[in-house]
Amino acid sequence: MTNRGRLSAPGELTGPDSRSVPGELTGPGSLGGPGGPPDNGGPAGRGSAGAAVLAAEPAEVYLAGDAIPAGELLSDYARRHNLEPASARPPVLKYLRMLWQRRQFITGFATASNMAMYSEARLGQLWQVLTPLLNAGVYFLIFGVLLGINRGVPGYIPFLVTGIFVFNFTQRACITSSTVMRQNLPLIRALPFPRGCLPLGYVVIELQQLLLSFAVLFVIILSYGEPITGYWLLIFPILALQTLFNVGCAFILARWGSGFDDVSQLLPFIIRTWMYASGVIFSIQTTLALIPGKVLYNHPSLAYLLQVNPAAVYITLIRNALLTDQRTSMPGYHQYNALRCAMYGDPAKYHISSAVFSSKVIYFSSYCHPVVSVPALWWYAAGWAVLTAVAGFFFFWWAETRYGRG
Amino acid sequence: MAEPMVVVDDLHVVYRVYGSGSDKGTAATALLRMVKRQQRPSIREVHAIRGMSFVAYRGDAVGVIGRNGSGKSTLLRAIAGLLPAEQGMVFTLGHAALLGVNAALLENLTGEKNVILGCLAMGMSPQTVKERYQSIVDFSGVGDFINLAMKTYSTGMGSRLRFAIASAKSQDILLVDEALATGDAEFRVKSHRRIDELRAQAGTVFLVAHNLGEIEETCNKVIWLEKGRIVQAGENVPEIIDAYLAATGGEPRVREPK
Repeated sequence: MTNRGRLSAPGELTGPDSRSVPGELTGPGSLGGPGGPPDNGGPAGRGSAGAAVLAAEPAEVYLAGDAIPAGELLSDYARRHNLEPASARPPVLKYLRMLWQRRQFITGFATASNMAMYSEARLGQLWQVLTPLLNAGVYFLIFGVLLGINRGVPGYIPFLVTGIFVFNFTQRACITSSTVMRQNLPLIRALPFPRGCLPLGYVVIELQQLLLSFAVLFVIILSYGEPITGYWLLIFPILALQTLFNVGCAFILARWGSGFDDVSQLLPFIIRTWMYASGVIFSIQTTLALIPGKVLYNHPSLAYLLQVNPAAVYITLIRNALLTDQRTSMPGYHQYNALRCAMYGDPAKYHISSAVFSSKVIYFSSYCHPVVSVPALWWYAAGWAVLTAVAGFFFFWWAETRYGRG
Repeated sequence: MAEPMVVVDDLHVVYRVYGSGSDKGTAATALLRMVKRQQRPSIREVHAIRGMSFVAYRGDAVGVIGRNGSGKSTLLRAIAGLLPAEQGMVFTLGHAALLGVNAALLENLTGEKNVILGCLAMGMSPQTVKERYQSIVDFSGVGDFINLAMKTYSTGMGSRLRFAIASAKSQDILLVDEALATGDAEFRVKSHRRIDELRAQAGTVFLVAHNLGEIEETCNKVIWLEKGRIVQAGENVPEIIDAYLAATGGEPRVREPK
């Protein structure tokens, strides 16, 4: 803390005499100081050189009258009157309480933003459904019609569409929250509220969109003959965990993206890599891990890393819950059977025709050893969710007072 | 004895301005810098507040005057806790709310949503928002426009609605940065009355305005800034304003004798 200069009557320092030379008007402390200060290029330009020493001299205390006892530091005076630093970070528990108290703001903000998102489109809210539908349509066209391959995965189109929709939830939460602080700068600068509301609100926006795209997804997989089973109920705990994970990601990216635009520039590349590494288009459980010669077959530790990455965990669990083909072809679903597993891995060696392979042997991946078992997947799903949410929260909260600067 | 609401203790604020050079930061160069943990080459520092100390008390309305770039808005942002200090500190009793002229709160949303969400964000309960909604809209005077997206508002309408929202909750400290300048005559009268009310409710108001008449009518104290420092400050508002006008080459104000 700096020393406070002696008090003087307000306005005493500069009399009316100084009015004639605006450039030379002297406030206290402008006398400059020793040490050859760098000219920081202040907005004032001329005459500012030599005046920009940070610790040059304690500034005169204005407007205080004689309220402050002589010799008392200004900061002590402020604290004695229960004043607090203007940019203080609230303690964690209080911050959480503040966020909880703003829950109506968070959901209201999300709903209103969702409604406004398509307000300038002629089709309006229809885009909420059309976007996921077109998204699925593109992949169907390329992988289902043009390429027409199953990549060793039974029920490939439902497999692909489910993966895309689930990954899209995390992807959009990450990308939108990387710009949330800069996009809502006017709001941040105008009103006092815990800034964590904003990334949370963006996750809620994506959650609302996810519910709509899941309605589309249900129609698609039902039209592929998928029966509705009790396993479908599992999507609720899985999506809850994924949402928690997304909250953590949103907090982290919101803070990273609050300062520079660089993060949101780089993010699409990282996320695309992440998508391919998470088995959205290929199966990292079966095709890439069980077939001799594939990279993941030769490097089981890499296969393990890919399979326990959070996006892959949530995608795999949702696929297993919704799609019978995925559940029953999951490695470890049946007891290990070396011959059948080998038949899946190298059908040519056993002279299996492609018709037999795609109708029967394609399910034999379930007789192989899993790299990561299903119970382990659940532990990872919960672990990633809690770890990321807690770490993200603290990371975001730590910089609470810094959002909105610039 | 007067109770201090805002204590500014030897405050220094330094802006770091990015991207002033030719380097625009592509994805690749950004990654390279992140890997090498380098600072951006093109950071320029702007020392906007160069050491000032003052105290504002309960019930004060403090006018802040000075030329463009003298640090008025920066000072208000620092009091609102939006800019970290390079050195020194700002102490406040309660939270300070800042009202500026720039864009709408949530410009894609209707005025109605802005009122509701703005109030919720400030921590009002949904019940309170419902009760106060009509009075906020009436005060803002935007009329039928309340159902249109806020980006369709004129500058004046936008700032009226923002003032109405931010002043709906009795703020301990209200910082008004030229937010009233774009309002019409009728709104100015209303907002002056509201500022007086807030002062009467024992809050503190800071007002930045280039309309010196407004300062003189509303404020009981004034601070004159120049290049990030206080030139004069005190309760002798007309004198300081006259000194400021003389220094900047403006016409002296004509006052009717009271």
